Amino acid sequence: MDTPIRIMAVASGGGHWVQLQRVMPAFEGHDVTFVTINPTYKADVPGERVLIVRDSTRWNKLGLIILGFQILLSLIRIRPHIVVSTGAAPGFMAIVLGRLLGAKTVWLDSIANVEEVSMSGRMVRRWAVLWLTQWPHLATDDGPKYAGRVF
Amino acid sequence: MIFVTVGAQMSFDRMIEWVDEWAMSENRNDVVAQIGPSDFEPRTLKVLPFMAPPEYRERMASADAIIAHAGMGSILNALELAKPIVVIPRLSRLGETRNDHQVGTAKRLSEEGLVLTANTPGRLAEQMRALTGRSLLQPIGAHAQDSLLTRLRDFAES
Repeated sequence: MDTPIRIMAVASGGGHWVQLQRVMPAFEGHDVTFVTINPTYKADVPGERVLIVRDSTRWNKLGLIILGFQILLSLIRIRPHIVVSTGAAPGFMAIVLGRLLGAKTVWLDSIANVEEVSMSGRMVRRWAVLWLTQWPHLATDDGPKYAGRVF
Repeated sequence: MIFVTVGAQMSFDRMIEWVDEWAMSENRNDVVAQIGPSDFEPRTLKVLPFMAPPEYRERMASADAIIAHAGMGSILNALELAKPIVVIPRLSRLGETRNDHQVGTAKRLSEEGLVLTANTPGRLAEQMRALTGRSLLQPIGAHAQDSLLTRLRDFAES
């Protein structure tokens, strides 16, 4: 490949982070930077670049503003061609701001959302170039699409 | 050894109390628990400090079975290690989480035979009996389904 594809892979904690790890073989051979919320997670991806942001919920306005700035700085540092996220708040921010800065964005809604797509998943809809659910029964012609799941 | 976890973020005292009662009634002194940010003091369970993910997985790997909240992080870790797992969904009306997505997760994955689930202390005891000496029937692979990886790879490289 002539120019390496720069990938920004974003997930908050717990299941979001574990699910992100399980799709990373798709981006093998590319220039990956992880963005997550807990420095101890660096041990999961030895040798990889990891940026840490503060987590927030959508109920914490100040937290969201700080998170938004941190995500913006991460985007400026990484200049990703692709932003991929499995949720939640940091991923939502990264998809919206990343799209505004011209990245191709992909949202994979958590497999935990069996009955409906998550709130952040619904809000991210118009900013995600590829908008995926992990449950076939939640997929529609207008999206989200179903392409498989993390196990 | 039985490994008990409430996940990384919030305490889940209702579950810890149920498991503590169960361990006491069964005279089990080999039940260790991550109880999250909580002041709850179990009588029988051994409380573990916060651990980084690799150490956490090592602990899980040496367990015979897992009891966890129905969070996907805990479930995926257990399935990756092919450990039998009983999950207890957090409920929003008890302030244990913001919505009831764990109820749906637990229901769906138990229908698929990947997890056992318990909604009462009595059911927890039953499920622990059902699970004793049983290994996970369907261990999962190391990564996502190939169809999903292909879709993402094509998206990134097109």
